[in-house]
Amino acid sequence: MYSQGLNGQNLDVNETPEFLAAFQARIDADEKIEPNDPMPAAYRKTLIRQIGQHAHSEIVGMLPEANWITRAPTLRRKTALLAKVQDEGGHGLYLYSAAETLGVSREAMTEELLSGKAKYSSIFNYPTLSWADMGAIGWLVDGAAIMNQVPLCRCSYGPYARAMIRVCKEESFHQRQGYELMISLCNGTAAQKAMAQDSLNRWWWPSLMMFGPSDSDSQHSDQSTAWKIKRFTNDELRQKFVDATVKQADHLGLSIPDPDLVWNETKNDGQGGYDFGDIDWDEFWKVVKGHGPMNKDRIAARKQAWEEGAWVREAALAYAEKQKQQTAQQVTA
Amino acid sequence: MTDTAQTPLWEVFIRPRNGLAHRHCGSLHAADATMALQAARDVYTRREEGQSIWVIPSSEIVASDPNDKETFFDPAGDKIYRHPTFYDIPDDVGHM
Repeated sequence: MYSQGLNGQNLDVNETPEFLAAFQARIDADEKIEPNDPMPAAYRKTLIRQIGQHAHSEIVGMLPEANWITRAPTLRRKTALLAKVQDEGGHGLYLYSAAETLGVSREAMTEELLSGKAKYSSIFNYPTLSWADMGAIGWLVDGAAIMNQVPLCRCSYGPYARAMIRVCKEESFHQRQGYELMISLCNGTAAQKAMAQDSLNRWWWPSLMMFGPSDSDSQHSDQSTAWKIKRFTNDELRQKFVDATVKQADHLGLSIPDPDLVWNETKNDGQGGYDFGDIDWDEFWKVVKGHGPMNKDRIAARKQAWEEGAWVREAALAYAEKQKQQTAQQVTA
Repeated sequence: MTDTAQTPLWEVFIRPRNGLAHRHCGSLHAADATMALQAARDVYTRREEGQSIWVIPSSEIVASDPNDKETFFDPAGDKIYRHPTFYDIPDDVGHM
């Protein structure tokens, strides 16, 4: 996907108007930017922030679902959930590696996550209260993530684009297994169907918030679009997600918890689309700023994992060092 | 939190199936070669993407310097006589 640490990276670029114009011309010509290429400091910084957040989201995203692995109702569901959570760990690793090609260390990124300096997707700060949440997360949260991630496969930064291609390939199963789980519940008893509806009620709005602030309030959009890091705006992707998801809810016989949801045939350049109600942005910002229901638990869990894993990392390094010394002794003996 | 900084970086190459070359597919951190191989198996071949894996310490790779890109690669640019289309063959001779 990418190699890193192969060259001493020269991060200092004299950002003359000529340099910036030439860089933009490469982007406009759909050339990919690779790790050791000269790039504006702001391009590097934007990518480090975005890829880092993305990686953290994958890692923190393991927690809400890991919560249910031991209580999965069948072996089939348990193996699917295990594989999904394992994939998320893998996706975090692809993304950390991609970010590392920009000159940031894994250590620094981990520290930023644990200290609360780095953000991750606000969706993972909601609790998983019932088994149906495993269905709703796969269907809605992974569905929204895929909507976001597919355009990133064409991102101008090569390592990020290549990581996203791999992630998207693997994530399709995540959404399908979630939707299949919802189908099972909706075909089950009245109580099971009510559990599915309750789950949709709780996850619908946070899923819409996953696309980020409205275009009028988004601070990173314009420059990221010019650099082809971003291919669609937050509101465009959110609209696509709503339009795709409504009929899936209909198929389940569940109702979307939005009284303002209505078909509007003039939307999407006359192709039609759904109007939907106002998002509670106060809630969104509250969760982003650390006051969601699970923010503290998520970071505490990551800290605990990091601290309790310290002896494993130390032992592995000590063992590697010992082996190296023994080999050296054998050679000289 | 100084320990990950010491955990070496490895480049991972995978042969998807026999008949194809090993291809660079990513990198990872691991304490030693055995752990690097196991991690590469877990991270990059969860869906049978590989028949064979190479892991190589990143520090052992020698790479061309991007600053020398022009002096290094440009000399090949004007040697169009190395390509078959440089040579005129009449159409009626057929494919060659």
